[in-house]
Amino acid sequence: MGGLQKKKFESGAATNYITRNRARKKLQLSLPDFRRLCILKGIYPHEPKHKKKVNKGSTAPRTFYLLKDIRFLLHEPIVGKFREYKIFVRKLKKAYGKTEWSAVERLKENKPTYKLDHIVKERYPSFIDALRDIDDALCMCFLFSTFARTGKCHVQTIQLCRRLTVEWMNYVITSRALRKVFISIKGIYYQAEVMGQPITWLVPYQFAHDHPTDVDYRVMATFTELYTTLLGFVNFRLYLSLNLLYPPKLDIKSESELKEEDEDDYAMGSESYLEKLSALSASLARVVTSTEEEEAQIDLFPTEDENMEMMEEKEKEKKLLEAQMKIFEGLKFFLNREVPRESLAFIIRCFGGEVSWDKSVSIGSTYEMMDETITHHIVDRPNVDKRYINRYYIQPQWVYDCVNAKMLVPVEDYFIGVTLPPHLSPFVEEREGDYVPPEKLKILALQRGESQQQPEEEEEEEEEEEEEDEEEEDNDEEDQVEENKLKKMEEQRSQGKSLQVKVTPGKVKMENPVRLEQEEKAEEKRLAIMMMKKKEKYLYDKIMFGKKRKVREVSFLKSRNKYSLLWERIHPFDPL
Amino acid sequence: MKKIGLKRAKEEEDEQKKQSVCEQVLTFNMSPAEEEEGDEDVSDSEESVYSGLEESGSDSEDEPSANQQEGRVLNEEVEQLEERVLNEEEAEQREDEYEKDSSDEEDIRNTVGNVPMDWYKDFPHIGYDLEGRRIYKPIRNKDELDQFLDKMENPEFWRTVCDQQTGSDVVLSEDQLELIKRLQRGQFGDVSFNEYQPSVEFFSREVMIHPVTNRPSDKRSFIPSLTEKDKVSKMVHAIKMGWIKPRRVEDDSRGRYYDLWTNEDSSSILNKHRMHLPAPKLRLPGHEESYNPPPEYLLTEEERALWEQQDPSDRKLPFVPTKFSSLRHVPAFSRFIHERFERCLDLYLCPRQRKLRVNVNPEDLIPKLPKPRDLLPFPTTQSLVYRGHSGLVRSISVSPSGQWLASGSDDGSVRFWEVCSARCVRTVQTGGAVKSVAWNPNPAFCLLAVALDSVVLILAPSLADGHVTSSSERLLKSQQEAEPSEGVSCNWVETKGEELNQWIRLKIGHPKVVHQVTWHSKGDYLASVMPDHSSHLQVLIHQLSRRRSQNPFSRNKGLVQNVSFHPLRPYFFVATQRSVRVYNLLKQQLTKKLQANAKWVSSMAVHPTGDHVICGSYDCRLSWFDLDLSTKPYRMLRHHKKAVRGVAYHRGYPLFASASDDGSVIVCHGTVYSDLLQNPLIVPVKVLRGHVITQDLGVLDVTFHPSQPWLFSSGADGTVRLYT
Repeated sequence: MGGLQKKKFESGAATNYITRNRARKKLQLSLPDFRRLCILKGIYPHEPKHKKKVNKGSTAPRTFYLLKDIRFLLHEPIVGKFREYKIFVRKLKKAYGKTEWSAVERLKENKPTYKLDHIVKERYPSFIDALRDIDDALCMCFLFSTFARTGKCHVQTIQLCRRLTVEWMNYVITSRALRKVFISIKGIYYQAEVMGQPITWLVPYQFAHDHPTDVDYRVMATFTELYTTLLGFVNFRLYLSLNLLYPPKLDIKSESELKEEDEDDYAMGSESYLEKLSALSASLARVVTSTEEEEAQIDLFPTEDENMEMMEEKEKEKKLLEAQMKIFEGLKFFLNREVPRESLAFIIRCFGGEVSWDKSVSIGSTYEMMDETITHHIVDRPNVDKRYINRYYIQPQWVYDCVNAKMLVPVEDYFIGVTLPPHLSPFVEEREGDYVPPEKLKILALQRGESQQQPEEEEEEEEEEEEEDEEEEDNDEEDQVEENKLKKMEEQRSQGKSLQVKVTPGKVKMENPVRLEQEEKAEEKRLAIMMMKKKEKYLYDKIMFGKKRKVREVSFLKSRNKYSLLWERIHPFDPL
Repeated sequence: MKKIGLKRAKEEEDEQKKQSVCEQVLTFNMSPAEEEEGDEDVSDSEESVYSGLEESGSDSEDEPSANQQEGRVLNEEVEQLEERVLNEEEAEQREDEYEKDSSDEEDIRNTVGNVPMDWYKDFPHIGYDLEGRRIYKPIRNKDELDQFLDKMENPEFWRTVCDQQTGSDVVLSEDQLELIKRLQRGQFGDVSFNEYQPSVEFFSREVMIHPVTNRPSDKRSFIPSLTEKDKVSKMVHAIKMGWIKPRRVEDDSRGRYYDLWTNEDSSSILNKHRMHLPAPKLRLPGHEESYNPPPEYLLTEEERALWEQQDPSDRKLPFVPTKFSSLRHVPAFSRFIHERFERCLDLYLCPRQRKLRVNVNPEDLIPKLPKPRDLLPFPTTQSLVYRGHSGLVRSISVSPSGQWLASGSDDGSVRFWEVCSARCVRTVQTGGAVKSVAWNPNPAFCLLAVALDSVVLILAPSLADGHVTSSSERLLKSQQEAEPSEGVSCNWVETKGEELNQWIRLKIGHPKVVHQVTWHSKGDYLASVMPDHSSHLQVLIHQLSRRRSQNPFSRNKGLVQNVSFHPLRPYFFVATQRSVRVYNLLKQQLTKKLQANAKWVSSMAVHPTGDHVICGSYDCRLSWFDLDLSTKPYRMLRHHKKAVRGVAYHRGYPLFASASDDGSVIVCHGTVYSDLLQNPLIVPVKVLRGHVITQDLGVLDVTFHPSQPWLFSSGADGTVRLYT
């Protein structure tokens, strides 16, 4: 008794998804508004498992959203705001058309605006969630803060971005959260650890952007709208966690120091204050002024041995971290005018150093170039006219390399005019079998506290190992030669030629039991691989292919490295 | 024109005022009018300047007349000194106006009107007078030299200007120069005008006792306005109804933040909404992105060229690693905004999918098989090579005793070898490429069937002891009594003479080329295969004792590749191109059809128990059938790289082997359990190599020793090899 025939596409996957166009119609929004809504609410398309089923039998390429997501959007108050805005624009147009200026004025005064606080709260229910997703926000804000104040977006947005990024950097300085830095060709990467979350952001170099024409700035602006809100709330919370005032205020002491100078260079007080903050040279005011930093001792509980070991390791790591945080403590830096001031000041302050610069470069310099106590003078030019005796003149890469090595790297390699050692990425974590550049090995050796000579020895050892390998190969070759001989004889015999019978004293073949065993094992494995099922074989082959490719790449890089070293030895001044 | 006239008159009066004393009285009387005129001057000083220039410069006939008129007027005035001077003056001026209003009189010098004078540049005249005669330009043929001389000699040169209208030179008077100077200084043209007259402030902070105007205020200023009341009431109504909203307070909430996460609730919407996937983070940069990377990461010229040629989506790196000698050389990254924008697009346009990353140890994927060492004995090493054939050895067979090996080759010979010593004991030249040899499996006989061309030969090499020889003789002799079979066109011929010396005893002629022969285990029956697409006559079964041949099948069921008898029961296996059919010979019906899942079956072997069959195929596969289990293969083995040519079971040990064109023989352990519930265990144990691949052919046939775990293989290189 069949009952009614079931209709197709009325249950299951087809009802869980909705195409973009239908979603748009359901929400009664135009495409740009829909896009903006999706960006703000973090709704993204989904790839259904069975596309054809969802697409009602058609194979046309469509983007699908989850129906649940779209229903969720239906209740969003911002949708109403979008409609209001649409109406506002229509009214404004009409008023302009009729040249009713008073009406235009009135309408403009009542321009509808919206807030994104509730969306941030909804998207990131807990603070940690927000921190996890702050990477993109930071990158975007840092980018927008470098835009010129004309053209591509509102000046207020740029100012807000600048303000927020400065606040963020000040927080990182105060909390000493910076871990890694990397100068890439794109910009400077920073990685900080905030509340246990690694947060990476990229700051472009301070140049004017040539704005590409194929980029939709509306999309970027919408993202920035959300990100500024998010970053602002995160900053607030972070400042709160450190007992700092928000919006940030300079320390009373440093403020008074900065007060006299440069006050009249800026038209607006707020602007000069932001500049002072962005100088990154002064510490921030706290809510409770008398803060003696007391770190709570972690109580140790008697536990099992394994846990003890773990604890010890943790302790060690902690100590290392503390040491890293203080690498520049007691050092006094002076930045020459050609080095990127903000980046270096930020890093040096993050690791406890004192930093200053020429007064004409920026507001907020604390001491002069003549200061006798300066230990490091950072210079990025071929030579300096006037040198002071008791300080090192070094190139900026030294600072970055020190941070990544978690120790003070010897300064000799970074003097003015010296060819710099390669700058390595601190984000690469070499696993077994990966290629490790020799410079990294050197740093690792330094970290272990070994002298500089050792790594070279290691290299030699490696070479020796390789030689051994070669020897083994030679052995193989010998075997092959013998086999070939035998084969030749066989062939001769098969051709019916009479062999010159000759008895030669036989050689005793030394059979290496270890090797035999290995061979046996290898064959066993080969045979077992033959018996694999098709699916597993496919997977296995894929994995092995990947592994082999990796090995190939590593060996390629190794050979390249050797070659280039050789090249340098022969032509010390020619680049490759 | 009127104004110009007026001014002209006035200025002349001025001049006269200065010149004559007697006229001072007159001027005194005239002063109010003068003042007025002065005012007029102020209002349009430019024109007055113009007129002044024009006037003083004019030396045409018009001037004396005007002077005369003036003179006349003056005379009149002098005469009527005491009488109503102002009225007179006004009337006369009006008269003057009318006089001067005649435009032709005024523009007597030039009548062209208000047209650019350069229209007349190339003509000798400028315009026409009233009668239509040309008014000629004053002749001026001064060249550069004249001009220079003029400049040098004429002290008046600097104050001489050319009148555009008439084309004549005019020398400016002192007054005119003064006027020009004043104008250049930005002062008023009139000397007597005082720019800084004391002003009277009417509206000051001091309250006057008298009103500025004496007009009494209107009545409406005391009565409340009805229209205003109307407007106000409308507004009030609108406010009441909420149509007009009060002006909004400037919303400065942008950039004003507070602690958003004061009370974190885990039961938020997104938490309920489990489908949400957080966006993956961007990949962190590697060494190659550094501004100063290690030299091995830099691209060489060729790699760079390749990078530039590649499509952006194919590139391994989205940028070219570049080395800069110092930080100050690093330029801005041109694709920075692009990359950020692409990230934005990814965030809101990319479908997200949770993908399970297969994180398996590849070692775990390898099945756990019993070690080959535990499955001994099986052939492991090549121990003997039987050489002698000059062509490819198509087929080999071992005598049931295991002492002798027969091999048939394309060179037309059948050779008998002693297994243990690799000695060739007999060579039989058959005179055709031998396709197949098969030793009678019954140990009581010593017979060998050989297939070549369209004949099957029965050989009786006397290689056994006398008892066996005699019994086989008996078998062959007994045939003579039997009558030849009917229906099938097979002729059984006994050989004589020379061939008898070659141990060939019987020739069974076939209608077509025979590819394979095989014996029944009892040794009396013999099956031969003649593959042919179009005929139903593909398989023949011969009975040796009765010298009878019969065709078991009346219908063509595909190209027959191989046949085999069941070792124990009266079943017959026929392997066609794609499948294996099992026939019951007693009932004469099909019992099973096994699907080989291969494109072209090449060879087949039946397990000694008769319950399992293996099939080799040209598409590199070996399929193991369990007859009790299914008609589908229990196991497909794809061990070989090339076509499988031969397969064989060992009679005693749980071993089977497959030979392939890739020159290898793979020996597998295949235990069959008597327990029906347990599937056979198949383990490859050894890959045997040794044959040389010639003409793309490797190993052609493989067979096991009947009692020992030894393996024979024959190859295209003309050798037979023994592996023990």
